[in-house]
Amino acid sequence: MKGFLPIFIIVVTAVLVGMAWVQSGGVALHEMHSASTPQEAVEALITNVQQRNWDRAYARLANTNDVEKLAFIRDLAGSNGNLRTYSSLQKFSVWPVHASADNATMRVRLTWSSAVGPLDDVRDLYVKKEGSAWKVVWPKPQFAKVPPQVIPVNYLRWDVIGRGASDDWGVQNVDNPNVRITSMNAVERPDRVVIVGEVVNEDTVPAYVNVNATLLNPDGKPIDQEGSFDMISHTLLPKQVSPYRIDFPGIHLKQVKSVRMDVKAMLGPASADPVIAVTDQKMDKDPLGKNVLRGALVNQSGQTVNIAQVLAVYYDANGKVIWVSDGYVDQALLPQVAIPFAVDVPEDVAPKIQNYHVLVNHYSINQSS
Amino acid sequence: MFRLTTYCVLLALALAAYGELHPPAQVTAGNGFSISSTGQGDATFYLIGPSHVAKRQVKLGQDIAVDSTEVKKAGRYLAIACGSGGCSRSAFYVMAAEPDKISFLLHPSRVPVKANDAINATAFVFDEFHNLVLAPVMVNFKVIPKTGPSFTRPVKATRGVAWMRMASTPKEGPVKVIAEVAKASEPRIIQQVASDACNLRIKATRTAKGVLVETDPVRDCSGNAVPDGTIVSFTEIDGQGKTTVDAPIKKGIARTELPVSGSARISVASGVVMGNEISLGGRL
Repeated sequence: MKGFLPIFIIVVTAVLVGMAWVQSGGVALHEMHSASTPQEAVEALITNVQQRNWDRAYARLANTNDVEKLAFIRDLAGSNGNLRTYSSLQKFSVWPVHASADNATMRVRLTWSSAVGPLDDVRDLYVKKEGSAWKVVWPKPQFAKVPPQVIPVNYLRWDVIGRGASDDWGVQNVDNPNVRITSMNAVERPDRVVIVGEVVNEDTVPAYVNVNATLLNPDGKPIDQEGSFDMISHTLLPKQVSPYRIDFPGIHLKQVKSVRMDVKAMLGPASADPVIAVTDQKMDKDPLGKNVLRGALVNQSGQTVNIAQVLAVYYDANGKVIWVSDGYVDQALLPQVAIPFAVDVPEDVAPKIQNYHVLVNHYSINQSS
Repeated sequence: MFRLTTYCVLLALALAAYGELHPPAQVTAGNGFSISSTGQGDATFYLIGPSHVAKRQVKLGQDIAVDSTEVKKAGRYLAIACGSGGCSRSAFYVMAAEPDKISFLLHPSRVPVKANDAINATAFVFDEFHNLVLAPVMVNFKVIPKTGPSFTRPVKATRGVAWMRMASTPKEGPVKVIAEVAKASEPRIIQQVASDACNLRIKATRTAKGVLVETDPVRDCSGNAVPDGTIVSFTEIDGQGKTTVDAPIKKGIARTELPVSGSARISVASGVVMGNEISLGGRL
C-alpha cells in the first residue's frame, strides 16, 4: 500500500505526458520522422495534399526556407479561377527514378478529377535524407508575373436580335449561319469507332456549331447516334475551321455500312477576343515515354482566360484528318504569359502524322464566349 | 293510273313544304348577298362556312339575306334550310376579294456578292380578309441596291404565289427589295456581304518580342472589304517548332505578333484561301 501511491502518480503523469504529445502533433511528427524511405516520404506528402491538409503537407518539405507556404498551396490547389481550383486529387502513384543512400528522385503521377474529366500531372520530386527521415524538396513554384501595362484591345462583338413573337408570318428574320463539313474520316480504334474531321463557318457572322453522326448498318438502320460534345470548338467565327471528333464506344468498323453526318449551326452572340497564340508546337515524348504534341499558349489580349482547352487535329501525307485529340490546361492564361501544354497522340497514329493544327477553346469567368 | 297521279300530287306538295335554296353561282368575300328559296312555311336556316356557322329562322319562298360579315373567308359554304317537310341543302363557293395585302419572303438574309440566282423572293397575295387570291394578279418586285440604278421586275402570281430569283450584285451593302400589288407593298432588306478573301498578302516587321505580321487590307475579288471578325490564320515555322495564331480582322486588317527565333517561314490563310508566304533569314 505504501508503494502504490508513487506508482499511481508515475502512471498518471505518463498518461498525461502522452496525451499532451499527441495533442501537440507528436504523432504527425513521428510519422514525419518515421518516413524511412523516399517512397514513404512522397506518399505521405501526397496523402496530405489529397486531404487538403496543407499545414501537414508543408511541414513534410525539406526546403520550407525556399518555398513559401502560400506558393506551395497555390502550386497544388490552383489560382486565378483555373481548372485546378475546381479539381480534387483523386489518386496518385509513385515510383523511383533514381535512388542513393541519402537522396532520390521519385516520379509521381497525380490524377486530378475535374468537371471536364481526369487530369494527369506527372512530376519528378527530389527527396533527401535528413537524419533518419526522408523529406521532399519541393521545386520552387515559378509563377509568371504580368508587368503593369496597358494592352489596347479593340473589342469586336456580335449580338443577335431575332424576329419578335408579335411579328406576322413572313416578316424578315436573320438566317442561321452557313457552315460546312469539309472532311470526315471513320477511324477504327481497339474499343470503338471514331469519326474525325473538320467543319468551317463559311458565313460572315459567328456560328454556334454542333456536329452529330449516325452510324448505319448494311440494312440502312441506325446503330448509334452521338455528338461531338466538347471535342469541337462550338463557337466558330467567320471563316474559322474547327476539328471535331465523335466517339462510338463498343462498335467496330465492320458493323458499319455508312455514316450520316448532321451539322447544326445557330446564330449566337460571340466575341472575337481573346486571341490566343499557340507557339513552339512540336511532336515529342512525355516523361512516361508516350507521344505528345507539345507547345505553349500565349494569351495575346489583356483579359485572363481561366480555363483553356487545346484541340489538335492531325493530318497524314495526303492531308486527310487521321486523328483529333484534346487536353485541358489546368493553369489560367494570364495576358502575354506562355503556358505549356501537351496533348496525347496514340502510338499507332504518331508515325503517320505529317502535319497538325491546334485550336484553343477558352472560357473566362466574366465572359462565356 | 289514278294511283300514279296521286303519288305525283303528294310529291309536289311535299317539295313545296320542303323548299329549295338557290345561292348565287359566285360570291366575293366580304360582300353580302341573298339566297332565293322556294316552298312555304317557316324553316331554320343554317350557313356553314370554313370559319363561321350561322343559324336563324327564315320563311321559305322569300329571299334569305346573308350579311357581308358571314362570308369573309373564302372557300366552300353550305346553306341548309330545314322545314316541316325535311331539309334541303345547297353548296356555293366564296372567292377571295381584290388583292389588299402581301406576305413577302426574301431569302437569304445575307448573300455573298456576285452569286448567281442566290436571292429568292416569294410573295403571297391576300385580300383584306387574309384569303389567298388565287386569280392571276401582277406582283412588282422593285429592287433598290445601295449603289447603282434600281429596277422593277413584274411577275404574274399563279394560284396566289409570285416568285423570282436574281443574282447578287458585285458591290457589298444592303439591297432593298419591295414587293408591290395594288396598294399593298412590303419592303425587305437583304445584306450583300463580301465573298472569300482574294490576293491575301502579309508583311512582317521586326519588334522587340519577335515579328509583327499584318495583312494588307483584306478584300474579296470584287474589291469589297472582308467583314471584321473574319478569322485569318497565321502560321510560322522555325527551329523551335510551329506557331499558329487565328486572328480576327479588325478595321480591315488582321495582325499578330509572332515569336521568331532564327530563320522562319510565315504563311497566311483565311478559310480555304491561301495567301503569300514570307521567309525570314537572320534579318528581314
